[in-house]
Amino acid sequence: MRVQAAIDIAAPPALVWDFVTDPARYLHFMNAITRWEVASERPRGCGARYRTLMRVGSAEVGGLVEIVEHDEPRDLAWTSVTGVDQRGRWRLRERADGARTHVELRLQYGVAGAGPLGWVAEQVAAPAVRENLRRSLRELKRQAEHEQARAAVAARRGAAQR
Amino acid sequence: MGTQTANARSRNGHRPDGTLFAATDDAFAEPSADRDRDRAAAEGESNPVARLVNAIAGAVGSRVPVADLDERDPDYIRESLPAQWLLASLWFRGEVRGLGNIPEEGPVLLVGNHSGGNMSPDSLVFTLAFSTYFGVERRFHQLAHNLVLAMPGLGFLRKYGTVAASPENAERALRSGAAVLVYPGGDHEVHRPSWESGTIDFDGRRGFVRLALEHDVPIVPVVSIGGQETALFLNRGEGLSKLLGLDRLLRLKVLPISIAAPWGLNVGDMLGHIPLPAKITVEVLPAIDLREQFGPAPDVDEIYDHVTTTMQETLDALAAERRLPIIG
Repeated sequence: MRVQAAIDIAAPPALVWDFVTDPARYLHFMNAITRWEVASERPRGCGARYRTLMRVGSAEVGGLVEIVEHDEPRDLAWTSVTGVDQRGRWRLRERADGARTHVELRLQYGVAGAGPLGWVAEQVAAPAVRENLRRSLRELKRQAEHEQARAAVAARRGAAQR
Repeated sequence: MGTQTANARSRNGHRPDGTLFAATDDAFAEPSADRDRDRAAAEGESNPVARLVNAIAGAVGSRVPVADLDERDPDYIRESLPAQWLLASLWFRGEVRGLGNIPEEGPVLLVGNHSGGNMSPDSLVFTLAFSTYFGVERRFHQLAHNLVLAMPGLGFLRKYGTVAASPENAERALRSGAAVLVYPGGDHEVHRPSWESGTIDFDGRRGFVRLALEHDVPIVPVVSIGGQETALFLNRGEGLSKLLGLDRLLRLKVLPISIAAPWGLNVGDMLGHIPLPAKITVEVLPAIDLREQFGPAPDVDEIYDHVTTTMQETLDALAAERRLPIIG
């Protein structure tokens, strides 16, 4: 099952990239994520591993994931090592005006070998997962734009003092 | 007989003469049961009812599989997670809190209160939550009544790591580093009347404390509510069980009477029932390191009182949160 959500954020890709590559921020902006812990020596980049859990229905579902694509500041993708099968991707693209970033969050999930009930479970879970992604993007937008505004004010104050 | 029984127990947790031993942790502490069973077997030679019960006990006993921890199959568990998730989420609206209180690794004794008759939805909801939270790779075994494991169609439980309740099986599982789920109240608690839903009732069974002390593993209390609302449980039927001799031959001290779908009046609950869709809430409490909290030579009774009191307080709080039966 593949679900995705997208949003425009009034901040440059580099700033959004800082958010989506920082494991410490995930619990703050990702909706229903109850765990996003570093499980490798390197906290970021290809090969970094995280223990992840998302509350869906009556269970916290997830497992160990590994970053498999780290194309700064455009694409960040991960795939599951243990737990339910999943692939996720952050896709950041600069809008033509240069001041905004189009952000897509994609998640594919399932359990290989689960049969028809697996398919049914994926369909039943999809609306909740999709809503989690949407809320996560809305919170990411709020936090990133707040950070952008704070940086802009600091820059203006610095210029005025000079 | 004693030596033979001990050998049989160490092998698989059930007796070679076909009679069963206890559902839960009363198996850890009742030497008089052997004498009862021997007496019952002797009676069986003259009494036709006892002969019939003996025959049933033999048939059931022969179905109890040899305990083999390797029968637990992580791939099977993983592939069945979606089905469990559907049932737990849509039917029971399961909610499990505090899984982070369970130590991340190493052996641990999870001690739960048991509800819902033979269908025990609390086990389903908790097992699913444990498996998704820690991953199916983490060893996890549940102790169950021999009758459950002997029942036709329930052989798949062994793939989930369910083994017959016996001290030997519990020890073996803990030695392997597994998390072990026990329900000390067993058949006594799981068939309590629905109006006693908010009561922790282990019937004084303290074997779990001795087990945790012996293996120096922490106890993690697991409190659930809602299971007793999946049918109208009327009576444990302890008198009926005694009358039929089931207590001596099968160590089945109850023959529960309930009103449950689709049977209406349901005596014994041997074929299970369709549980009502009551909301199941489970709360995992902080781990108790027995020697750290109770000293180097802890008192079993003191620990038992502490665990049951803590669980009762939590169950009271969970009951206070519930607005309506079944709805939650």
